[in-house]
Amino acid sequence: MKLMYDFFTGQLGLDAAGANIAVASVMAVIMFTVMALCAIILTWMERKVAGFMQSRYGPMYTGRFHGWAQAVADMLKILGKEDIIPTEADKGLFKFAPILVLLGSLLAWAAIPWAPDFVAADFDLGLFYIFAVSSLVVIGILMAGWASNNKWSLYGAARGAAQMISYEIPLALAVVPVVMRAGSLNPQDIVIAQQGGIWHWNINPITNPFLFIAFFMYFIASIAETNRGPFDMPETESELVAGYHTEYTGMRFAFFFLAEYANLFLVSMIAALVFLGGWWAPFPGMGWIPPALNFIIKGVLLVFLNMWVRWTLPRVRVDQLMHLCWKVMIPVSLLCVVGAGVWMMAWGQLK
Amino acid sequence: MIRDLVFVLLALLTVVPAFWVVFSRNIVHAGFALLFTLVGVAGMYGFLGADFLAVTQLMVYVGGVLVLVLFTVMMTHVPAAKRSRHGLDRLVPPAVFAAAVFGVLYKVITVVKWNVGEASTSPTTTEIGTQLMTNYIFPFEYVSIVLLAAMVGAAILIRERNHAGSDDAIAEEKQEARP
Repeated sequence: MKLMYDFFTGQLGLDAAGANIAVASVMAVIMFTVMALCAIILTWMERKVAGFMQSRYGPMYTGRFHGWAQAVADMLKILGKEDIIPTEADKGLFKFAPILVLLGSLLAWAAIPWAPDFVAADFDLGLFYIFAVSSLVVIGILMAGWASNNKWSLYGAARGAAQMISYEIPLALAVVPVVMRAGSLNPQDIVIAQQGGIWHWNINPITNPFLFIAFFMYFIASIAETNRGPFDMPETESELVAGYHTEYTGMRFAFFFLAEYANLFLVSMIAALVFLGGWWAPFPGMGWIPPALNFIIKGVLLVFLNMWVRWTLPRVRVDQLMHLCWKVMIPVSLLCVVGAGVWMMAWGQLK
Repeated sequence: MIRDLVFVLLALLTVVPAFWVVFSRNIVHAGFALLFTLVGVAGMYGFLGADFLAVTQLMVYVGGVLVLVLFTVMMTHVPAAKRSRHGLDRLVPPAVFAAAVFGVLYKVITVVKWNVGEASTSPTTTEIGTQLMTNYIFPFEYVSIVLLAAMVGAAILIRERNHAGSDDAIAEEKQEARP
């Protein structure tokens, strides 16, 4: 970031404002490219993981080695599909909804610190901002479901929105103990506070057991937040066809798909940076590993865990989902906040 | 120069969809147009250096209030034939009321001597947190009690509509409903 800024001010002779705008534009392009790439890689990974979980191969032929080119082929196929808009659909909203869903994810990606000096938007409210812009996704889903003018879409959208606004609460509450410990909402500061190997990460149950519980609260809530199994009621293919994106085809469907995987990786990255030490290497002697690689490996491992859960557990019912959120996870998360505070006061860990 | 441009863009983002909210015949469209107005206001806060307020605006209004508004609108959606018409009787009273409110606001904005300070560059959350826990602890606690009362009230309202009786009565009702 500093290098890029210096390049724009020094080599190209831009003033501070111009250089900032230029850096932001370049970062936006990089983030969007990474996001698209990650969606392509994760779809392949999802199919392979699903295959292994269910004792079958998954894609094997495209591109010779374990069907690695399958996701690329799928993307090309999707790009070539006809763009169908239902006659009875609300055309303006129908077209705008996929953009809004993708925008919500992309905005949140901006505040993720990938390495010590590589974060698109480094500002003090980073974590709070990530949770706030994620709510655009909820609006986008509601918009898609309503504009499709289809019962399944509307049911899917209503379920999705209800689920996402409910699980946003334990999701945000689970992060609060970490914010208390680091004394900052800036993701970069939270990562820096976990310096010094695996036992300094926030997940370590010996330094603070409540943070350990908070990690699991966060993980469960993040599965529900991304509308994935066992909490995939918004898209239940056995009852709702495909939920809120039933009517979407071609590029617009690809946008939803992209947003789903972008969100999946986003919540995993947040878990990695909040609980698992972000871009720090797990052991002191491993400083030679590039920080961004550390971070991506942690994110991908959490994504794998997420996929494992998705392809192992059966879907829960809507009432079970709401029971779990309001009667179990929110009280436990609140307890974590209070408990972590008391623990930190008792052991003098407060900043 | 850039400042003025940003201000004008944000103002347009706030005001144009606001007109759409008021004049749209489709109430769901009005709800979605509200999204842009709320985002525009958040942008305005951010532009003024109140970053915490901007993000809170997004979190509370876009993430919470707007979703609830849209839910309500969708649940009570009326067929196209019954959509609201724009007769003069519907236009005049709100217009008079809006003009009156605008007059009062305009007067307040011009009369009050605003204390203009420098936009802070240090984290605003620290200051806000300290103030909430020291100088403004009473309003803070007061608001939490009001919100708690509202939550309890909402829970009671839902229960009463379910069944006036006890838990047993509700359980019986569930039993009967089973095929």
